[in-house]
Amino acid sequence: MLRTPHRLLLAVAALLLLAAFAFPLWRISLVAPQYPEGLGMLIRVNTVTGVEPHHLDNINGLNHYIGMKRIVPDTIPELRIMPWALGALLLTGLGVAALGNRRLARAWAVVFLVGSLAGVADFWRWQYDYGHNLDLENAPIKIPGMSYQPPLIGSKQLLNFTATSWPDLGGLAAFASLGLAIAVLVHDARTRARTNRALRDLPTGDAHANPGALRSPLILRHTVKEAAP
Amino acid sequence: MTRSRSTGWAVATASLAVVALYAYGCGPAARSGGTIGAVGDVASQVYVAPGTHDEFYAFLSGGFNGQLSVVGLPSGRTLKIIPVFSQHPENGYGYNEETKPMLETTFGFVPWDDLHHTSLSQTNGETDGRWLFVNGNNTPRVARIDLTHMETTEILQIPNSAGNHASPFITGNSEYVLAATRFSVPIPQADVPISSYKTNFKGTVSFIRADKPGQMDIAFQLLVPGFNYDLARAGKGPSEDWVFFTSYNTEEAFEKLEINASKNDKDFVAAVNWKVLEACVGKGIYRTMDAEYNHNVMDEFSREGKATVKKGVKVLEPAECPGSLYYLPTPKSPHGADVDPTGEYIVAGGKLATVIPVHSFSRMLQAIKDKAFDGDAYGAPILKYEATIAGEVQDPGLGPLHTEFDGKGYAYTSIFISSEVVKWKLGTWEVVDRIPTYYSVGHLMIPGGDTKKPFGKYALAMNKITKDRFLPTGPELAHSAQLYDISGDRMKLLLDFPTIGEPHYASALPAALIKDKQKKFYSLAENTHPKVARAARETGVERKGKVVHVRMTAIRSSFAPDNIEGVQAGDTVLFHVTNIEQDWDVPHGFAIMGATNAELLVMPGETRTLKWIPKTAGVYPMYCTDFCSALHQEMQGYVRVGPSGSTVALSATTTRRAQQAARMAANEGNAAERQALNQLRPSRTATDAANKPVVDPHAAHTVPASPPVPKQY
Repeated sequence: MLRTPHRLLLAVAALLLLAAFAFPLWRISLVAPQYPEGLGMLIRVNTVTGVEPHHLDNINGLNHYIGMKRIVPDTIPELRIMPWALGALLLTGLGVAALGNRRLARAWAVVFLVGSLAGVADFWRWQYDYGHNLDLENAPIKIPGMSYQPPLIGSKQLLNFTATSWPDLGGLAAFASLGLAIAVLVHDARTRARTNRALRDLPTGDAHANPGALRSPLILRHTVKEAAP
Repeated sequence: MTRSRSTGWAVATASLAVVALYAYGCGPAARSGGTIGAVGDVASQVYVAPGTHDEFYAFLSGGFNGQLSVVGLPSGRTLKIIPVFSQHPENGYGYNEETKPMLETTFGFVPWDDLHHTSLSQTNGETDGRWLFVNGNNTPRVARIDLTHMETTEILQIPNSAGNHASPFITGNSEYVLAATRFSVPIPQADVPISSYKTNFKGTVSFIRADKPGQMDIAFQLLVPGFNYDLARAGKGPSEDWVFFTSYNTEEAFEKLEINASKNDKDFVAAVNWKVLEACVGKGIYRTMDAEYNHNVMDEFSREGKATVKKGVKVLEPAECPGSLYYLPTPKSPHGADVDPTGEYIVAGGKLATVIPVHSFSRMLQAIKDKAFDGDAYGAPILKYEATIAGEVQDPGLGPLHTEFDGKGYAYTSIFISSEVVKWKLGTWEVVDRIPTYYSVGHLMIPGGDTKKPFGKYALAMNKITKDRFLPTGPELAHSAQLYDISGDRMKLLLDFPTIGEPHYASALPAALIKDKQKKFYSLAENTHPKVARAARETGVERKGKVVHVRMTAIRSSFAPDNIEGVQAGDTVLFHVTNIEQDWDVPHGFAIMGATNAELLVMPGETRTLKWIPKTAGVYPMYCTDFCSALHQEMQGYVRVGPSGSTVALSATTTRRAQQAARMAANEGNAAERQALNQLRPSRTATDAANKPVVDPHAAHTVPASPPVPKQY
């Protein structure tokens, strides 16, 4: 069983995922001489929108010059799956925290980690696809060797546009959630290892005399402290 | 040292002195080049660094160009020309079918006027930045300009009026804008001898309801004696129920006014109590006169002007409504009537007077109470000069015209003949400073200088004569403005800049008040124009007898359709062009060879219509006239015109791909296929909003155009 503080922190980690629904996961900003005020798009859990109401249309309009596909959120299946996946992660996270089962918690964190990596990789793949699979036959602007994949994180010059990509509040919250979950489980593992060490070092008789006391966190902490070099 | 030698020196010195004196005495007016007027380092005060904004928006009337200039202060940079009463080929105002109705009058289509004065809307006597009102002097009209998009949205014709000069001054809560007649005429109009002026000619003071956009109306008109009503101001604070007009030609001359209207020692300031008038009208003390006048409104959503003719106007006379009109004798053909920020002083610019007379509002009320009358003019009491006057500014200069205030207890009067601005103190009436203008200043303007709360930092003088101030440009020279720093004890000339048309007056407000409220484009989703096309698929051609309607879209960098065939010589072709961009600063133009009107300049989200009547068969190119994008030069198309009776069917094509796309869409190909085709030609379907069906604009008010509302959790 996980200790109560760890379980609470795991619940917090799961609840942090709520922010991923409320706020965009990722933000790609575009600035050009013609767009000093900037254009931008937000990747949300279930859709892609412009930073301002018409930005996505305007980005699509500009992209037609280089033969890039229109970005149409409805045609991206991941956006249909992601709310369910994140929702499931959130609920199972809460469940795991409630149960306090260490094994389940670890499995949950592994799924979360793998899922996150897969998500980021998938995002990169879409970026690659949009940036490379161009309709060159009908693109008014063709520059040999040029592709238009925006960066995953950071800034990149794409013709007249400086594209800057960065996780947004939702994405940052999701990373924080993942980080917190891992930190909690690592801390749990280390504490457990230390406790085990401490238990091992204790005179056997005492443990047998009062096994209940060892389970009490107060006494345990006291004991561990005493046992520490 | 010999005597002859010193005599020689003396002679030489004396002759040199004579030469020097001669040269000096020869030309008091002549002068060499160099900075005239500006002292010290003033450049930094008007230097607005690249990429930074001016502190004030100033709206300068265009006078005889019928337009309005938007100028940034202190830089003096022209930001925009707003056409109001004049056609403007640059953007098609008054040429395209949507804006032509704005210039309709009961005299017919009047594509020009003389735009003299500006008045910003007010709340509690302070500038509120909602609207600007301007007057048309020649064919009496008043227009509203909406300050969120800086366009003319409404024009009301004034019946029973001629020479709408004392206009459009506004009351403290924008209840009314005023319109009074410079020319008295027979009311109602009649074929009478001009020599019957005294019996038949009258003036009117009109109160135009102004606080509801799209609903300007003549609330009532006061029929007044046949003098010339020149300028006006509404009162403030204690005097807020009153408006004050200057009047001249109390001689009621109708020929050689230059001489005959300058005979009386005193003319009048007319004080009109509009609250009393309102009460009289409320009690039914008026008669409805037959009158026809145009009311033209630009619809907010369809952006179509609609001209309607209103009938009948409520008229009342001062004698029927006691307490509504008093005359304050004022020296020598007064021009400006200006009320100070406290509302106590009414300053009259006696343009031929040697003093600036200042009336006291509280003394005026007392005089009315005491019945300190000096006879009457056609039934309206004339108050005694001594009973209302608060003071006279002595030796202000020659030809005082207009006065504005800095809110710090000083008044600034423009002096036409001696060409200067004179600063004087309210209450003591002493002149504290004076500074030349270049040359012959008419109005001057302090931002908010006509309100309770002036922004007393700058004064702008608008001059009638430029002469040598700028590079000469043949006989016709620009009018000019001079900007003065009035923040210190002494006025300081900062800047000279040429202006557009003939600015008579101007209004200004802090940029911060309206800058962030500026529209960037019109909402395509809210566009209710009957011929709107929100996407390429909504475009097309339609023949109705000899009239051909073409619904077109424009988006970077193509028109749809861009090839039209089957038009016949003599057809009336109406190009309804919708700019389907929803982006900032991306207008598209539209022009076609041989059009006898002008181009269209279509703002994002709006629809504009150009009428074109080809006379001969042939192929006519059309193109975008606003450099919209890198492929602007490719934004073009053709119209094929056959002879009258040609058998070529009317058709509109774009390109092979677009046709393919249309076919696929028609065949109900699956979404992916449509998507694929759309991708082939993104410019045709660039906005998702465009794919939506036409919606009720009012219902759609809160519906974002595109993309579909993002779901947020």
